[in-house]
Amino acid sequence: MHIRLSQTVSVAIVAALGSLAAWSAAAAEAPKSIRIGYAVSLSGVNAQGAATTTLPGYDLWVKDVNDRGGIMVKEFGKRIPVEVAAKYDDTSSVETLLRLEEKLMSQDKVDFVLAPWSTGFNLAVAPIFAKYGYPQLAVTANSNDEEQLVKQFPTLFFFLNQPPHYGGALIEILNKYKNAGQLNNKVVLLSVGDQFGAEFASGFSAGLKANGYDIVLQKSYPLGAADLTNEIKEAKASGADTFIAGSYPPDTFMLTGTAIAQGYSPKIFYTAVGTAFAEYGGNFKDKVQGVLGIGGWDPTVPGAMDYYKRQQAVTGHAPDGWASPVTYASLQILEQAIEKAGTLDRQKVLDTIASGGPWDTVVGPVDLKTHIRESQIGAGQWQNGQFVGVSPSDFPGVKPVIFPKPAW
Amino acid sequence: MSAIEVILGGVILGGLYALVALGFNLQFGVARIVNLAYGEFLMGAAFAAFWMFTLFSINPILGMLLSVPATFAANWLVYYVLMTPLVRRARTREQLEGDTILATFGLLFVLRGAATLAFSANNRYYDYLGAPVRIFGFTFAANRVLAFVMACIFSLAVWIVLNRTRLGTALRALAIDPIGAELVGIDVRSLSGLAFAGGGALVAAAGTLVSTFLAFNPSIGIDFTMKALVVVIMGGIGKMGGSLLAGVLLGVAEALCSYFVDSGLTLAVAYALFLIVLVVRPRGLFGTS
Repeated sequence: MHIRLSQTVSVAIVAALGSLAAWSAAAAEAPKSIRIGYAVSLSGVNAQGAATTTLPGYDLWVKDVNDRGGIMVKEFGKRIPVEVAAKYDDTSSVETLLRLEEKLMSQDKVDFVLAPWSTGFNLAVAPIFAKYGYPQLAVTANSNDEEQLVKQFPTLFFFLNQPPHYGGALIEILNKYKNAGQLNNKVVLLSVGDQFGAEFASGFSAGLKANGYDIVLQKSYPLGAADLTNEIKEAKASGADTFIAGSYPPDTFMLTGTAIAQGYSPKIFYTAVGTAFAEYGGNFKDKVQGVLGIGGWDPTVPGAMDYYKRQQAVTGHAPDGWASPVTYASLQILEQAIEKAGTLDRQKVLDTIASGGPWDTVVGPVDLKTHIRESQIGAGQWQNGQFVGVSPSDFPGVKPVIFPKPAW
Repeated sequence: MSAIEVILGGVILGGLYALVALGFNLQFGVARIVNLAYGEFLMGAAFAAFWMFTLFSINPILGMLLSVPATFAANWLVYYVLMTPLVRRARTREQLEGDTILATFGLLFVLRGAATLAFSANNRYYDYLGAPVRIFGFTFAANRVLAFVMACIFSLAVWIVLNRTRLGTALRALAIDPIGAELVGIDVRSLSGLAFAGGGALVAAAGTLVSTFLAFNPSIGIDFTMKALVVVIMGGIGKMGGSLLAGVLLGVAEALCSYFVDSGLTLAVAYALFLIVLVVRPRGLFGTS
């Protein structure tokens, strides 16, 4: 009797579950929303980078899409709004991030997962994106092995170029003035003591040596260094016309501040991550005129200035002049690829991202046929209160370089 | 660039380490609380200075008139609300240290999380007294020199209070032997609260000074707590003079290393120095057994 009752109950449960499943299957025919999820560093050492470059772009894009009524998906014949179904903090720990990405794809089962922040983190999660077949628009990542990585992980897309490209863009500027006899061949090369700094230094020093430059001072300093006065004093004493630092935001600010205090104003002053931040110009004001940095953007691209102003107004964060607009552009590509593919099927969207370009974005047309955005600005410069692209000189929209850097 | 110039730069940096350590030593050495959230108050003061400077153009040094008493009060509250129950139930010093480490570890995350929520994780930086000054013919940034001078003033003030006043005598007695201190009629609980809050006031001053020349964000606190811990243990727990000497020593060692060896190794040198002191004098440079 008892057994029979349980059997009845189980049959009922199975039936109920079955109808529930049927109902969800029917509901999946026309989803209420396109479910987006992401895990980025909201706390810990990476949080500042994510808060500057990645999160404001994500927030703005979701708002923009929904203001338009959603993304037009042909297979459902209507616009479907985007919903941030899951947003996690990886606490700047790569182990946590790996776990959260698995959760987003296997438990939350969101439709698309947006990329985390930093080179190391994006490379670490690439196998998970590949395993579950999610397109990975890895904006804040660059590597010397991009060609090989996109072959290994067919879901991976790179938006920033390889380190030697940035070195090449700066060396093009140096060569021009060196050959004209306006710049000596001595170079100071500092770098922050982590993976970014190490790759930066090796990429740049190889290019500099190949072009006949003499690196008179090459040093690394720890991440979070409290004082870089000695380094600037040594650079000043070295007699080099060119100062290059593979720096991260806190030290980019400190190196600049210290150089100003020490009256060290070389003809070429180049710092890396952070130079393009709006806060950099806001802090040092007109002193930044002529400072060179990694990245750069072209504010004259249609929609670029409009994006800049809206991001500031909507999120309260002014975009940086390097990877922020690219972050937004990567989502414009996702949106256009979904519309063009007419489906939420990830494999089809993935194929469309690769084959459907060039895409129209706030950083200009982007083609991802090779899964790598090839053509882009490599070096920028502060000119009249804006960080603009200046090299390579044959890139459309770049400005002429201000040389030498005016005294602080 | 001469060795003298490098050493001078190290002393200027070390003065700041000493100031950061001094407040921690008041909390650890006198109030007997290992405050892992110590650096978060430094971060809070740095943000206060930043907002006052950028929004209302208030000079950071004048702004201390507001942030230092406010942090004093906040730490006093932390002591009475969070720490008193732990102090009451602790039977031994070791138990108190263990309990307070856990409680302040939690506080660290609460404060850091709140700051991240309120201020975002962005780096902040403002330009105050970035102009050069010349000392013995060498050039230094004015804000760093100012930080050193203020660190000296605060250290001197703490030294005078501890060594030339009745209150200071009581505090020193408390640092050496809390039970004995109670026996001779010292109000241990309220004096401990005072020492804890005083430590907080010092870290607020340090935070303001740091903010004039370092980029900061809501997660910098722990770095300073670690540095303070190293300096205090090197100098001797409860020994204010020891903290001063150890702080300056650390600054000079880092500067010498960055110039003569490699800047990437400064952290390694700091910890090597720490290890050597611990091996040679386990109770710190000024510690007594």
